[in-house]
Amino acid sequence: MIRLLCVMLLGLWAATSHAETITLASTTSVDNSGLLAKILPVFTRQTGIEVKVIAQGTGQALATAANGDADLVLVHDPDAVAAFIAAGHGILRREIAWNDFLFVGPKSGLAGTHDALAALRTIAANGTIFVSRGDKSGTDAAEKRLWKKAGIDPVGQPWYRDIGGGMGAALNAAAAMDAVTFTDRGTWIAFNNKRNLIALVEGDAGFINRYDVIQMNPERHPNVKTASARVLAEWLAGADGQREIGAMVLGGEQLFHPDAASPLPQGS
Amino acid sequence: MTDLLPVVGLSLSVSLLATCLAALLGVPLAACLALTEFRGRAVIIVAVNALLGLPPVVVGLALYLLLSRSGPLGWAGLLFTPAAMVLAQATLATPIIAALAHRVLEKSWADYGPPLRVLGATRLRALPVLLAMGRRSIATAVLAGFGRTVSEVGAVLIVGGNIAGHTRTMTTSISLQTSMGNLGIAIALGCILVGISLTISAGAIVLGGRRP
Repeated sequence: MIRLLCVMLLGLWAATSHAETITLASTTSVDNSGLLAKILPVFTRQTGIEVKVIAQGTGQALATAANGDADLVLVHDPDAVAAFIAAGHGILRREIAWNDFLFVGPKSGLAGTHDALAALRTIAANGTIFVSRGDKSGTDAAEKRLWKKAGIDPVGQPWYRDIGGGMGAALNAAAAMDAVTFTDRGTWIAFNNKRNLIALVEGDAGFINRYDVIQMNPERHPNVKTASARVLAEWLAGADGQREIGAMVLGGEQLFHPDAASPLPQGS
Repeated sequence: MTDLLPVVGLSLSVSLLATCLAALLGVPLAACLALTEFRGRAVIIVAVNALLGLPPVVVGLALYLLLSRSGPLGWAGLLFTPAAMVLAQATLATPIIAALAHRVLEKSWADYGPPLRVLGATRLRALPVLLAMGRRSIATAVLAGFGRTVSEVGAVLIVGGNIAGHTRTMTTSISLQTSMGNLGIAIALGCILVGISLTISAGAIVLGGRRP
């Protein structure tokens, strides 16, 4: 028994002591869709750097990093990223990919339309059950921005269900309630419990979903493994990472579009 | 699922280590509470019993704040490691083991304490005798602690981070697979976890069966 425990302790110790291991605080959309699981092994093979991924909503991922508990952040909420950099936690943001959001739900008159604001007004007017993430994730923030643009305050409406959960939980809830919800395309394509849900509204210019990787400020967070984190950020934005991101196809659909602009200075 | 074995292995090793840690803390605490008298003893007994219902998510959050780089124990770099998960689960299991073992030792001290003392045994000398007599019930207490650790998700999700190949356990895998809509895989993992739990309960019954 004691020998068994020693072996377990050794195993745990071995599992925690890679020479080069960095922690990436990321969003559920890039993890649940399988993107990171596919591209990070390529990165590790090329550089020898292991990456531990913590998949959280954008708000929580930025909070984790602001506490100094992550070496690099990969999120998708431009406003929250700007605030994170303005607060001095991050120093360099790179756009690495984009995909788009869409409304999904059971078949209805909204199917095949392309106007997000008109769709929201129809949903509000008809009292269609709508599932909201309500978790301060990037998708949640994007959804809230659209409601604001449409001039509607859905909070507290009986048809507006704030589930306080991840994208998968929201899709599960929408599938169970035959409700409409707002999702990123990557998670939607990879999601396996669609039931009656179909793509309803897509292609609005307001649906662009931008993914940024942000390096941490070493002065503010001295424990961060700056050098290795930078290698990953540059790899994601560079030719190899961009090719891997673009190659992620599921069921004939491309999950993410590579989109590395040159590194942008903070705030721009 | 080739990844399944390490996940089961991590679940079992984290939970086993946490249970051992909890037993090393809980059983001596129970003995102390049962055999000795000191000021504040009654308060500690009430507290230990009240902590039986300790919510895992609260334990996870409290440990997160302690272990975060910006927290008081941040220098140790333990957040998002299996060690942090062991700490969280040991915190949850200690009150269970202490409270249940205390019941056993309290009763056997009341029953056998006087004759043991007539024979000249000190409290310290009496303890091994009491532990040997109550070993089945104490094993049940430890197994109850193990059942708690292997089945909880709230605390390990927060302090472990559910990192693939590193801190992903059975329970956090089930949670993740559900969120990806892979309900079939999720329920299959659930069945394995229930199987492990049932085995543990059966073990507890077999071990504790002949004594109340």
